[in-house]
Amino acid sequence: MPVNTTLATFSDWTYGAAVAVYVIAAVFYLCEQAFAKHKPRERAMVAAGAETTQAAGTAEDGTWTPGLVVREERSRAEVLGRMGVALTLLGALLHGASLVLRGLATERAPWGNMYEYTSLLTFAAVVGWLVLMRMFPVRKLGGFVLVPIGILMFLGGTVLYAEAAPVQPALQSYWLVVHVSVISVSSGLFLLPGVASVLYLLKSSGRAKFAKLPDPGVLDRLAYRSTVFAFPLFTLGIICGAIWAEAAWGRFWGWDPKETVSFVAWVVYAAYLHARATAGWRGRPSAWINTVGFALTVFNLFFINLVTTGLHSYAGVG
Amino acid sequence: MRAALAFLRNTWRGLTAMRTALTLLFLLALGALPGALLPQRSLNARKVTEYIAENGWWGRFLDRLQFYDVYASYWFSAVYVLLFVSLVGCLLPRSWEYVRQMRAKPVLTPRNLARMPHHASAELPLTPDAAVERARERLRGWRLVAREEASGARTISAERGFLRETGNLVFHFSLLGLLVAFALGKMFGYEGQVIVQANGGQFCNSGVFNYDTFRPGLRVDGTDLNQFCVKVDGFHATYLPNGQAETFLADIGFQSGADLESGEWRPYPLEVNHPLRTAGDRVYLLGHGYTPLFTVTFPNGEQRVGATQWRPVNELTLASEGATKFDPPGVPDAEQRRRGQLAITGLLAPTATFRGELLDSAFPEARDPAVAVDVYRGDLGTDSGRGQSIFSIDQKMVTDGKLAKVARQNLRKGESLTLDDGTVIRFDGVRDWVSIQVSHDPTQTWVLAFSVLVVLGLAVSLTVKRRRVWVRATPQDDGRTVVEVGGLARTDQAGYGEEFTALSRDLLKKES
Ligand code: HEM
Repeated sequence: MPVNTTLATFSDWTYGAAVAVYVIAAVFYLCEQAFAKHKPRERAMVAAGAETTQAAGTAEDGTWTPGLVVREERSRAEVLGRMGVALTLLGALLHGASLVLRGLATERAPWGNMYEYTSLLTFAAVVGWLVLMRMFPVRKLGGFVLVPIGILMFLGGTVLYAEAAPVQPALQSYWLVVHVSVISVSSGLFLLPGVASVLYLLKSSGRAKFAKLPDPGVLDRLAYRSTVFAFPLFTLGIICGAIWAEAAWGRFWGWDPKETVSFVAWVVYAAYLHARATAGWRGRPSAWINTVGFALTVFNLFFINLVTTGLHSYAGVG
Repeated sequence: MRAALAFLRNTWRGLTAMRTALTLLFLLALGALPGALLPQRSLNARKVTEYIAENGWWGRFLDRLQFYDVYASYWFSAVYVLLFVSLVGCLLPRSWEYVRQMRAKPVLTPRNLARMPHHASAELPLTPDAAVERARERLRGWRLVAREEASGARTISAERGFLRETGNLVFHFSLLGLLVAFALGKMFGYEGQVIVQANGGQFCNSGVFNYDTFRPGLRVDGTDLNQFCVKVDGFHATYLPNGQAETFLADIGFQSGADLESGEWRPYPLEVNHPLRTAGDRVYLLGHGYTPLFTVTFPNGEQRVGATQWRPVNELTLASEGATKFDPPGVPDAEQRRRGQLAITGLLAPTATFRGELLDSAFPEARDPAVAVDVYRGDLGTDSGRGQSIFSIDQKMVTDGKLAKVARQNLRKGESLTLDDGTVIRFDGVRDWVSIQVSHDPTQTWVLAFSVLVVLGLAVSLTVKRRRVWVRATPQDDGRTVVEVGGLARTDQAGYGEEFTALSRDLLKKES
């Protein structure tokens, strides 16, 4: 199975371009976040300043008309945000192209080592985010999502990078296609509730500097809805892993480090779902649990692959 | 007596409370984690020994707390069992509730629908009957009852999404089933490994002693294994230029059932990811290595051929180490024999490369095999009563001066060396061996079935939304009817709003 180096090179280029585009998009989102005024404050502020600029109406009567200054700021933020979305889309296209090219270059599913796995994971996170943006009014938060994605992709493309190559015999199975893709997509999707939960914790801490973040209720629902989508997928991924392990390693479950941490993460997400349905555990405790779940997912990806030795040492690093 | 009952009841209540279940879930997660961070006996016993040695009292302390056997430890089992009990305690009442709700009719329409989270109303040029009929049409697929109120108003109570509860119960019961099947499998299963020469070597699953290593479940005593035999006819591997393995294939034949009588071998290409499944067991190709072939010509002219597997010390190049041992021929006296035993040890390189005199392996394939051997003569200690490794010589015999190194040389295929007493040792090349594993787990199909149900139940219980809708049609004096619609989402609110809007638009439109 020779590797088509031209395609592999194109894949690398599109990957790099995708990272660059995401970073620019993140900057746009963060600017939007910075320029956009938190509504209640904004009203109070503008109303207070209204005497001097005499451009805005009063906040109290509901028929408030924004002043010239404010409108300009608003629309500038809005434009930045929309450009951010367009860039995210462009980045996702490049990112997707890089995955496809890698697959064509190696003539196998393009998720056989840690670089490729990270790439697929972040791709799932970006696509998931694009979908969530249509469901919730959270465009401004794009930066908070794209920054961790950018970091993961940067690490993936440098530290973890592996040349395009065929995979070893243990990985030559259609279960590679199913298990790894399902697990990485679900892990990538877990990034979204992870970010949402961290923002929830910041927002609900009540500190003024986080006042611009969306309503905690929105963040909580964002976290819940994305978890509810990712969790069954993750479960399915673990089961596919077990089926594969039965064929490849002689047993379907053997407490290999990766299996163990997946199990722990699974239990933590199950606890999250329960906590969210239990009086006294809603809100901040649930958000903490979800954050821990994502921390475990990342730990599973990096620490277990790079530091411990187990059967999952297919990372192709070093 | 009464106090004891009260105590039991309170314990039970405490155990089955959601709070407790959550705490237990956390303990389970926390308890499983050390298994990923500390070496585990079940995975690698040698590493555990090293770890304990490196960490002094702390290492021994962890050992006392069973931290190297986490999943068999008392504390892990305790959490596991408590969670199990809690789950059962949670599921029983929920199942009754489920049955009760399934039979129950949708609840009465609340008096004031305007108080519902979702609400709409309109005055329509219809009779109440027509309005109700329209609602009935539109709500096809919902569970509904129509009622008439004392005031003459007609109502419909409808609900949907009961499947969520079904999914939830399926999920939890399957989880129970999965735990039970898993535990049974651990009790009645076993796993054994054995090395077989790939030139027609045979292995029969007829007893524990045929294995190199054997790990039985708690309820396995090693008698009564499933009968089958395996014969390894050849082994083929292909590699990429950088030495990474590309494919492994062992040509095997197997016998089970009636074939054992008739002696017929059925061929099977045994590959990684493609175990042989026969007689209820599975046979896996785990690994492979090389057996160096030595021909020893003793001073009296007698020849012996040694073919003992050596074990790879470098997985990438398959450089291997081992010890091939010989008894001197024609020496009936044990005392005398023990002075003339031979052992050939050292390094085997399937593709030789030399740095000066130093041999190493450049590639895992046997392209140009060579060995760097140390030959020992004397007492190998095989009669000493101490356990002997087939891969090394007994160093104690060397330090005791009973075993002495008599030669050291590099040999390519076909080359030989001569000892001081005239013994000639010739290296004849290598032969493949494969290591195979036999696994037996009588409940794994059940585990699979339950896990599939777990996912299905989960998907249903997380996607289906339970919601209610009520319609009240109140006749007005002018022959028109006020139709009110109220809606309530019983699980996560998100998403019901749009459905309700569409529903009420249809129910409240002016034209029919
Ligand atoms: C390993 C153990 C368990 C796992 C993985 C698990 C998983 C789940 C999941 C994923 C849900 C769906 C949550 C949702 O609808 O938002 C759920 C619901 C539920 N589970 Fe468990 N469960 C476990 C043990 C238990 C135990 C021990 C109890 C009772 C003490 C319990 C009681 C419930 C209840 C009452 C619900 C419904 C919550 C709701 O209204 O959404 N579960 N469980």
